[in-house]
Amino acid sequence: MSTILLIEQLLNGLQFGVMLFLMAAGLTLIFGVMGLINLAHGSLYMVGAFAAAGVAGLTGSFALALIASLAAAAMFGALIELTVIRRLYKRDHLDQVLATFALILVFSEGTRWAFGSFPLFLNIPDMLSGTVMLPGGIEYSLYRLTIIGIGLLVAAGLFLLISKTRVGMRIRAGENDREMISALGVDISVLYTLVFALGAALAGLSGALVGAIQSVEVGMGEPVLILAFVVIVIGGIGSIKGALAGAILVGVTDTMGRTLLPVIFGSFMDPSAATSVGSALASMLIYILMAGVLVFKPTGLFGEA
Amino acid sequence: MNFKRIVKLGCGALGAAAAVMALSTAAISEGHGGDVKIGMITTLTGGGAGLGIDIRDGFMLAVEQSGKDNIEVFVEDDQRKPEIAVQLADKLIQSEQVDIMTGIVWSNLALAVIPSATAQGKFYISPNAGPTQLAGRGCHENYFNVAWQNDNLHEAAGAYTNSAGLSNTFILAPNYPAGQDALTGFKRMYEGELAGEVYTRLGQTDYAAEIAQIRASGADSVFFFLPGGMGISFLKQYADSGIDLPVVGPAFSFDQGILQAVGAAALGVKNTSQWSKDIDNAANAAFVETFEAKYGRLPSLYASQGFDAANLIISAMGKADITDQDAFRAALLEADFDSVRGDFEFGNNQHPIQDIYVREVIQEGDVFTNKIVSTGLTDHQDIYAAECAL
Repeated sequence: MSTILLIEQLLNGLQFGVMLFLMAAGLTLIFGVMGLINLAHGSLYMVGAFAAAGVAGLTGSFALALIASLAAAAMFGALIELTVIRRLYKRDHLDQVLATFALILVFSEGTRWAFGSFPLFLNIPDMLSGTVMLPGGIEYSLYRLTIIGIGLLVAAGLFLLISKTRVGMRIRAGENDREMISALGVDISVLYTLVFALGAALAGLSGALVGAIQSVEVGMGEPVLILAFVVIVIGGIGSIKGALAGAILVGVTDTMGRTLLPVIFGSFMDPSAATSVGSALASMLIYILMAGVLVFKPTGLFGEA
Repeated sequence: MNFKRIVKLGCGALGAAAAVMALSTAAISEGHGGDVKIGMITTLTGGGAGLGIDIRDGFMLAVEQSGKDNIEVFVEDDQRKPEIAVQLADKLIQSEQVDIMTGIVWSNLALAVIPSATAQGKFYISPNAGPTQLAGRGCHENYFNVAWQNDNLHEAAGAYTNSAGLSNTFILAPNYPAGQDALTGFKRMYEGELAGEVYTRLGQTDYAAEIAQIRASGADSVFFFLPGGMGISFLKQYADSGIDLPVVGPAFSFDQGILQAVGAAALGVKNTSQWSKDIDNAANAAFVETFEAKYGRLPSLYASQGFDAANLIISAMGKADITDQDAFRAALLEADFDSVRGDFEFGNNQHPIQDIYVREVIQEGDVFTNKIVSTGLTDHQDIYAAECAL
């Protein structure tokens, strides 16, 4: 296994990680501030991808498609917050899970009704297609490099938003003590809608970015949702820093596991059996990672006890 | 801190999600007061939905065209989850008391459902999955596969790879029974070297790690079996990776649903199939035309298999009564229907003996589709038939 391949796989892991971060950031923010488990987060990811595919199909512009994904996901996020989610904050987590699960069904059927059951076409814009030569002779996809860039920018932006701005201060205050902040005259319901829409927009952006290299189809959000839950459990529920660390850890572990495990097994097994066993184990690796983290840090890497 | 509770709830929620989905699937029925009840379990939601929907639509088209009002079809969605497929099968067999089961797309689901269904005296007509385990020693007198044995299309792809002069190919497939059959089938016919062999996760959507391995492997070509959304993701990412090695695959990686979503990236690619929309016979011409008229899209090979499965059942209904199982089985085995793929007959293990073609991806107007360029294997039968005691 050459160094170049290893570095390329690390980049792939990083790209997968920042994509997961965009999903997990919203999920963890919503949980941290509102104490809500939102299973419908994956649906907002799907909404973003479909909005992007629809707008790209009509206008041919990828920039407009990205804006549409942000707008559509934020809008649907705000809409479900105002109509459904708002009623759930005081309820038990089981009620939240049930209601947001119902939202998954509504979104999936609604999307199927509007766009049909067959995958849509959304392609990488010409400007970002193809590969670039990185130092050291690594040929890497320009688009994936762009995803890494956008993901890190969003992460930096979120840190600034939360730590330096007034809204961020309120969000942090809301995490700590909901009653006190509303007693101080902050309109908590507006803040909640805002946080929910922000989380939704990030999920939508992630769906659109990934939709261009994957398949835009009904139900695309649920597998990612499960990974995003793994990420926030590893990172510590409610922590943005934890979401970033967890996402990159999961992304790199999964990618490296898929590459390295079959090679490791191949050193003492028949190649066909090694690929089969190695890839089976690779698909369990992130859950083993999660279990391992929870043994040593039961509240996750950055979670508060 | 209610952390533990949340993790517990999260796990519970995912389980509950599966259960609720299973309960929420509705049965659609066609026709009234039927003499023959057919239970169709197929994938109508999630990443593999396009395949199941095509099978269902092809099947229903044939039922409708037969004009028979004594067929009742119960359609259920398995969401590509084996545990849900098993629940649905129990429900169809025990409460609906169906006579015939059909519809399953994925081999891991087929293996979970078919042996128990046939053991309970039901007929199973497979419109897609044809796992090795059910073709050889595990064959059963009530199990008929009207599509292919899993290895077949991949064997033809292996043979094509030889004839194209490619001799160092990188092969990949999802890690589930049909994926293993795919690579086994390919390697059976392929004579060159393997630059690499990789199993991916079923339902995987990101192939960056595999594509990096292909780039580093020094291969001269790539063979991949990735049906549905997996194929779309792989092809888009491969096209963007800057690797320009030729790709070869079975029709599953280049079916009608995939081609529309990947666009020009697949143009010119060769793939192997037992069916194509340009096979020249009256049954096929009528099928393609009526399917397009009814559903507003071109049929895929899955739709053709659904259509043939229904026509096989309808042909047997004309000859025997379902209550006389032996006569009905003999009628099925005769396969006396006009298959859209032309010549069709069952081997001793009740899997097809048929021609497999090499197709090329072309563009017609703004629609991407396939056309036949040559015949890959003639009157091809699977290798496992010899192990079957029937």
